[in-house]
Amino acid sequence: MTGAAIRPILDVRDLSIGFRGRRGQPALNIVHDLNFRIAPGERVGLVGESGCGKSVTGLALMRLLPGAAQIGGQILLDGKDMATVSQGEIRRMRGKKIAMIFQEPMSALDPVFTVGEQIAEALRLHENLSKADERDRVIAALADVGIPAPKRRYDEYPHQLSGGMRQRVMIAMALINRPDLIIADEPTTALDVTIQAQIMDLLTRLSEDTGTALLFITHDLGVVAETCQRMITMYAGEIVEDAPVDDALLSPRHPYTSGLLRSLPHFNMEKGRFAHIPGRVPSPGAMPTGCRFAPRCAHAADACTAPQELRDIAADRRVRCVRADDFVLDGAVAGETA
Amino acid sequence: MTRPVVSVRDLVVRFPSLDGSSEVRAVDGVSFDIRPGETFGVIGESGSGKSTVGRTLVGLLAPTSGTMAFGDRDRAAMTRAEWRTERRHYQMIFQDPNAALNPRMTILDSLTEPMRIAGGRSKADMQDTALAALEKVGLRRDMAQRYPHELSGGQKQRVNIARVLPLSPRLIVCDEVVAALDVSIRGEILNLFKELQDDLGVAYAFIAHDISVVAQISDRIAVTYLGQFVELGPTEGIIDDPLHPYTVALLSAEPQPLPTHLRHRRRMTLEGDIPSPANPPSGCRFHTRCPWATPDCASLEPEWRELKPDHRVACHHATEKGMPPLPVRESVSSD
Repeated sequence: MTGAAIRPILDVRDLSIGFRGRRGQPALNIVHDLNFRIAPGERVGLVGESGCGKSVTGLALMRLLPGAAQIGGQILLDGKDMATVSQGEIRRMRGKKIAMIFQEPMSALDPVFTVGEQIAEALRLHENLSKADERDRVIAALADVGIPAPKRRYDEYPHQLSGGMRQRVMIAMALINRPDLIIADEPTTALDVTIQAQIMDLLTRLSEDTGTALLFITHDLGVVAETCQRMITMYAGEIVEDAPVDDALLSPRHPYTSGLLRSLPHFNMEKGRFAHIPGRVPSPGAMPTGCRFAPRCAHAADACTAPQELRDIAADRRVRCVRADDFVLDGAVAGETA
Repeated sequence: MTRPVVSVRDLVVRFPSLDGSSEVRAVDGVSFDIRPGETFGVIGESGSGKSTVGRTLVGLLAPTSGTMAFGDRDRAAMTRAEWRTERRHYQMIFQDPNAALNPRMTILDSLTEPMRIAGGRSKADMQDTALAALEKVGLRRDMAQRYPHELSGGQKQRVNIARVLPLSPRLIVCDEVVAALDVSIRGEILNLFKELQDDLGVAYAFIAHDISVVAQISDRIAVTYLGQFVELGPTEGIIDDPLHPYTVALLSAEPQPLPTHLRHRRRMTLEGDIPSPANPPSGCRFHTRCPWATPDCASLEPEWRELKPDHRVACHHATEKGMPPLPVRESVSSD
């Protein structure tokens, strides 16, 4: 998947994101040394806990961060650098090359326009169609995302739809211009579990049918396991591990990935104590100079006081841990490795 | 068998719509007992009425009809004063640890407030008790002088737990108490709940949408759908051999953080949305989404049957061995 033969649709190089401090305060560095690629049609999960920088990364890829954000490095989308292209160019790329689905469909939709008009607006920005053709395209898009009676739904307002239907509308809107990459930030978190299952199936199917690559930003490792091919784990603003999803789940190489997986309760788990990671995520103003996970890590040693490099450990795996070769870590299933 | 902590029969809770023309039947005929010292898990999706059941258990909502007995006393037979004394033994912890603490009160004030309301203690006694409770939930005594914004989410949730302990609760309703916490610290809080239960013998009604969390902590689990219980049984029975088709679907919909070859369960994806509790389907409420539904299911309400010891289900088709094989039928297109 990460092979050099295929040109990646997204190539993020040395991305850093900081925010200017208020009067006299130093700038806060939120995301640091971010390097990853997404191949055409690939589904990648970007996982981590609150404050790890995953959502801010998603917004940076769309160039939706406020002016106070300081962005370094390159975000190459199909060869063009999203970090530096002009505003006009950005508008041409958003929707057409890259689109986004947010967590809360109700706040992402405008309550005073019908859902059909809102999708048509996205289409109108990139294509010059007659009113009738535009309507047909939107109705077809609503049907593609499994909305029953799409002709009638076209003229309905967001409040008339259920949460699951609203998220389908958001997906139809993201797909209408057939972008190369969709960024989905917690797209199922606000939904009930039986509806979440429908949306996960839908996103996977649409990605396979249309060849659109997906970047799933989520804290839910179960969602990643069932929809993605690769899993990128972030901790405290850095990528700590990048691996094919099954490998990451069964035999994680970074102690944080392992700790996260061990913290998840499963049905089949023995009754007993819940696992957890001791301590807390360091705040952006007080990052350890060495490994950022070391204060919480059971394996921390002298070598961990130096800053850690994200290094290749296999053709398709990277890990940011100098000690990764020193131990075998538990994954989602204790005692079972890939 | 010992007397239940709370005994609920045919509980109905309805809310009128804004214009008064219709009613939402949030809880519509639910019966169960909570046994001393057990963890009674309640799972269900939004609109299933699980939070309404929880709020009714602590007296935050009044039943529209049905009976509730607390210990050996019927709620309806208690005077206001009696209920005021009794209800302090039934406490609640909420989902959002921030919203539950007053930002302008120190942690100590928040901790002593329930005792002040209950009355009968000196200021010094309340302080000592509060500090002891703080230690019991794993926080240092000097946290008492801080304000909520100085604490992390996990610490705040510990404070919320500490607040209810001095009232010697018999039942604590835990409504999505770890949903707002990060995965890596959830385990600590869940372990704390377990330790306190071993120590104090308190019962929990543990309400959550996250089935894996409920499965890990509960002795019994009730599965709710549109204001009713569709299944209630021991945790192992519910998780390993569910009897109701909705339980089967709910369990199979939960995404599992496992590689493909280890995900045993075949996903049973339900079609359609959850109907509105203002206008629930006739007969069995699940029939509009149930792959096993027959014409009878649309007209007859299923009985609440005890198919296995201590394991009840409301489904016409369920057998003690689970559901019969799925009927073969034409696939329904979505438009």
